[in-house]
Amino acid sequence: MSNKEMGAQTGEVRQAGARNINPVVWSALSLAVILLFNLIFTRGFFSITIKEGHLFGSLIDILKRASPTLLIALGMTLVIATKGIDISVGSVAAIAGSVAALVVRGGDITYLQETIHATVPLFPVFAFALLAAALCGLFNGFLVSFIGIQPIVATLILMITGRGVAVLLTGGYVLNFDHARFEFVGTGYLLGLPFPLILAVGVFVIVFGLTKLTPLGLLIQATGGNTTASRYSGVNTRVVQMLVYLISGLCSGIAGIIITSDVRSADANYMGLWLELNAILAVVIGGTAMTGGRFKLFGTIFGALIIQSLITTILTRGVQVQFTLIVKSLVVIFVILIQSERTREFFAKSRRKITSTG
Amino acid sequence: MSDLPIERQKRGAFTARLGALRKHVPILSPALVFILIFCIGGLLFKNFFSARVILNLFTDNAFLGVAAVGMTFAIISGGIDLSVGAVVSTSAMIVAVLNRAGAPPIVAIPTALAFGAGLGFLMGCVIHFFKAHPFIVTLSGMFFARGFGYVLSWQSVPIGHKFYSVMSQIGIPFGGYLKLTMPACIFIAVALIGYVIQRATKYGRNVYAIGGNEQSAFLMGLPVGKTRILIHTISGFLAALGGIVLTFYMLAGFGNAAYGLELEAIASVVIGGTLLTGGVGSVLGTLVGVLILGVIQTLISFQGAINVYWTKIFIGLMLFIFILLQKAFMLSAGQRNK
Amino acid sequence: MDDQDILKLSGITKSFPGVLALSDVDFTLKTGEIHALMGENGAGKSTLIKVFTGVYKRDAGEIVYEGNRIEVHSPLHAQEMGISTVYQEVNLVHNLSVAENLFLGRQPMKSGRIAWKTINKAAVEILDQFDLHIDVRENLGNYPVAIQQMVAIARALELNSKILILDEPTSSLNIEEVEKLFEQMRRLKKEGQAIIFITHFIDQAFQISDRITVLRNGTYIGTYQTEAITKIDLISKLLGREYEKLVQVEAKKLEEEEKAAQEDAYIRTEQLGKRGSIEPFDIKVHKGEVVGCAGLLGSGRTELANLLFGIDSPDRGTVYIEGKAVKIANPRKAMKHGIALSPEDRKEQGIVQDMTVRENIILALQVRKGWFRNLSSKEQKEIADRYIKMLDIKTPSTEQVMKNLSGGNQQKVIIARWLASNPQFLILDEPTRGIDVGAKTEMQKLVVDLSKQNLAVLFISSEIEEISRCSNKVLVLHDREVVQTLYSEDINEQSIMHAIAERHAEDTDVE
Repeated sequence: MSNKEMGAQTGEVRQAGARNINPVVWSALSLAVILLFNLIFTRGFFSITIKEGHLFGSLIDILKRASPTLLIALGMTLVIATKGIDISVGSVAAIAGSVAALVVRGGDITYLQETIHATVPLFPVFAFALLAAALCGLFNGFLVSFIGIQPIVATLILMITGRGVAVLLTGGYVLNFDHARFEFVGTGYLLGLPFPLILAVGVFVIVFGLTKLTPLGLLIQATGGNTTASRYSGVNTRVVQMLVYLISGLCSGIAGIIITSDVRSADANYMGLWLELNAILAVVIGGTAMTGGRFKLFGTIFGALIIQSLITTILTRGVQVQFTLIVKSLVVIFVILIQSERTREFFAKSRRKITSTG
Repeated sequence: MSDLPIERQKRGAFTARLGALRKHVPILSPALVFILIFCIGGLLFKNFFSARVILNLFTDNAFLGVAAVGMTFAIISGGIDLSVGAVVSTSAMIVAVLNRAGAPPIVAIPTALAFGAGLGFLMGCVIHFFKAHPFIVTLSGMFFARGFGYVLSWQSVPIGHKFYSVMSQIGIPFGGYLKLTMPACIFIAVALIGYVIQRATKYGRNVYAIGGNEQSAFLMGLPVGKTRILIHTISGFLAALGGIVLTFYMLAGFGNAAYGLELEAIASVVIGGTLLTGGVGSVLGTLVGVLILGVIQTLISFQGAINVYWTKIFIGLMLFIFILLQKAFMLSAGQRNK
Repeated sequence: MDDQDILKLSGITKSFPGVLALSDVDFTLKTGEIHALMGENGAGKSTLIKVFTGVYKRDAGEIVYEGNRIEVHSPLHAQEMGISTVYQEVNLVHNLSVAENLFLGRQPMKSGRIAWKTINKAAVEILDQFDLHIDVRENLGNYPVAIQQMVAIARALELNSKILILDEPTSSLNIEEVEKLFEQMRRLKKEGQAIIFITHFIDQAFQISDRITVLRNGTYIGTYQTEAITKIDLISKLLGREYEKLVQVEAKKLEEEEKAAQEDAYIRTEQLGKRGSIEPFDIKVHKGEVVGCAGLLGSGRTELANLLFGIDSPDRGTVYIEGKAVKIANPRKAMKHGIALSPEDRKEQGIVQDMTVRENIILALQVRKGWFRNLSSKEQKEIADRYIKMLDIKTPSTEQVMKNLSGGNQQKVIIARWLASNPQFLILDEPTRGIDVGAKTEMQKLVVDLSKQNLAVLFISSEIEEISRCSNKVLVLHDREVVQTLYSEDINEQSIMHAIAERHAEDTDVE
């Protein structure tokens, strides 16, 4: 048939070149593969027993350790969806954790080296820590949306400065404490499951709810998908951006609280170091593209779990810790290649060649 | 005689004059800042104003400086390279491990350089051929390099060969017992070579063009892909060189080295006047940026009592101010062109 | 094929997701000729050029260059073969100097280093030919666009190519600069170079070209000897007259009616203007009225729309909505006052490609409803279905991703978005651009139907026929100014075209 006829035929609705496999499905499958591998090769991987009144086992361990990364990755997902990025999350976690430790110690900064046994009420601990985190988030949001600084640069500032602030707060020391109720956050169990996991799930539910039950999800997608068109449609893209950075900050704050509570101390120099990288990885593996627009919160969950289970798998197989980084890097490259347009084009072309009638 | 209407002529001349000044602002201001901080130090501390302090600045920050020169090209082209810290560390580790296995420097050093260049080449290829975001690709490059370093040796590996300790001691004498050490010489040499490249080679100019407007560069027929790949290869090479410089005074390789170096490199580049959006900048500016970072550290170490965390806060603040200035600079430039 | 044909394109077809940009286009170019390539927005001129200079890969068709069938892999490849292009957007690099831009990629070297002195000197000489005496060491970006464009042209001319393509080179140039450019072009023509000159300026095409090829909506209309065709003929070929179904609007407004109805205008402007964008204008749009906005490319129609919708801020004048003076600072405020704008560039300003049809349709409505009144999925689907039916949008479902729809249907989705926001005043900026004939007619019917539903409509279009058929009143724009308002029996194609063409003639006489 002539070009003209073909053109007329395809004039109405154009089908997508290659059928895009839902990236969330990809990541779920990858996770399944990892778990399957363990099922076959690692004895006792899937065993879950009850000890001391709560669930216990490798799987539970993975879920607990993945929680801080997952929390941060949730906020990061929204930020990336607006075509932004937040590399300050580790430092924000450090700040929040340091604040929490300070407050738990009763605001006592004089005997910084000693462990303090404290009975401070929980509310101010959370309130101050989360307030600090929120301020950090708003700062980032302000730089990006009102001053118009590139997200990577804007959050770089807080990343560098923030850690300095955190260390300043703790006076450079590791703050130890003993506070039964606060420790519950990081080490306790609720309904048999680790509390950090419950927290992470709770935050997920809230964030998910926000994006589905309010216009926020739509506005984030529009802002990230086509900022100009969104503005032409009246969307207040500035407010949307402020909000996502605020959410990211809060998520980091909660993660910081969990980390501090888990180890009963706050080491501002190392807390949350490189967490941002794991979080970004989790988001990208989970199927949210760095180019912004559509985001997949469920995919992020899988992403975080994949990273954590990869690490655990490697460790339980007796592979030395040093290889985890190399494995992480190969996974990232693999994901990039899969997600890249070129690869899709390549597959689309081969499809077309097969199905065209010449 | 021009036939341009009078208004346009006037506007042309005025903007030309302002423009000439503006061109140099991004580079002049860091130099002024450095002098300012140095003077403040001199006022505050007795022994600050000395040649020794300045020479030490070059020596102590040589490995950062060498890596930052590579980073400069990456950023000018509109990209970034997050792997430099890891490559610095792992190159040092490669040298250390090879040395332990009995390899002479003539084998160990080129191998490390090849590693850096090779990794950079691979990353450049992935970025170009798969149209991938440099941030993620160099991030995974960082994981890979860092991991490789740990695989080579979990513990630190001392370097016993005389060559390395000699390299850390020789230098150009400056009167008394002061000298410009080998690491410092390498740093300055790399910066100067970098300057020649950015100014006088087609490759260098292509980097600026791509950073300014990649689409235009493509349409003008410039070899965008080749240039991109070369940028990352050079960045990797220089990071490896930085690692080798590191061995000269650490006399050991260890996995945790240079943690966060990429951030310091980015900060040096930005404070040195290079725009993170690309197209504008200079390795000489980066050199000054590195010195600024160094002099802040020196100031703080002179103070002694203040904790090291102030460094981070200062650097962050500087970065903040410089970025605001860059933004203001770009905004007013944009207004004029409307 | 003629012996003199240096280039022959046949059957060129190129499509992008959702848009058939070129369909079976032919084009020939002789050595030593200046060949104008013309067409309105979306006609495919730039796409055609990009196809045979290696920027895009064509879907079908053949390129024969100097007698040989060729494939062009990249702009660099095209350059090497002797084809150099000056694109419509200044495709030079703003952060480098003028001199450097002239020589980028082919800098003269001296002992292994770039010879800056030579470059700067040569640059001055080159620009002298254009009577351009500027500081060549200055960054290109510091100069106004007109100068940047001349530098881009100078660069292309220096490349000593066999084919020179100039894509809208004169859009930012004044009369003298255009004349200098034409001098250079004539000189090159004498030396045997073939030049393709894309322009929307009819007078310039007549001034300089030997032949004119017209494209419309991606199809090849014809090639004409410049001496053998009249201006009016050309305009009608550009703007088309293929519509079978005729839709007539009843009462064309009488001028007297207009004056009497002073208070009833839904939206009225008083000397609203913005320097550098559009001269102060007074217009009135009443409910139930379609005001057409005619003029050629660059006349300021979109700028007018942008002021009304808050995309741009005016620096003088006032807007009155239902008699009350208002400030429209941004689109959100405009929407609050019941204004809606379907923008000209649907790709950059309209559609969010990766969102679904449903999401694109309800976007503006959701924004109007605010943060606390969320539209549930069910409500969204109902609204989307309603408009899909009303506008006959061809999509398998509401969940289809926008980028898979054809241009015409994408346009309908944008219009659906704005109809869903319940506006009182709807501005349509080129709603029929780049869509096929059938969809166009539907769109025109829609415009008239909307006015019957008591909407105030401002209908901007390059197609004079549509304007004349659908409007109660027509504003004619030229060179960033509202120059005439046409009423009643004055509204027909001929008079509109004359109004536009007249101003063209006036201009060339005055200066």
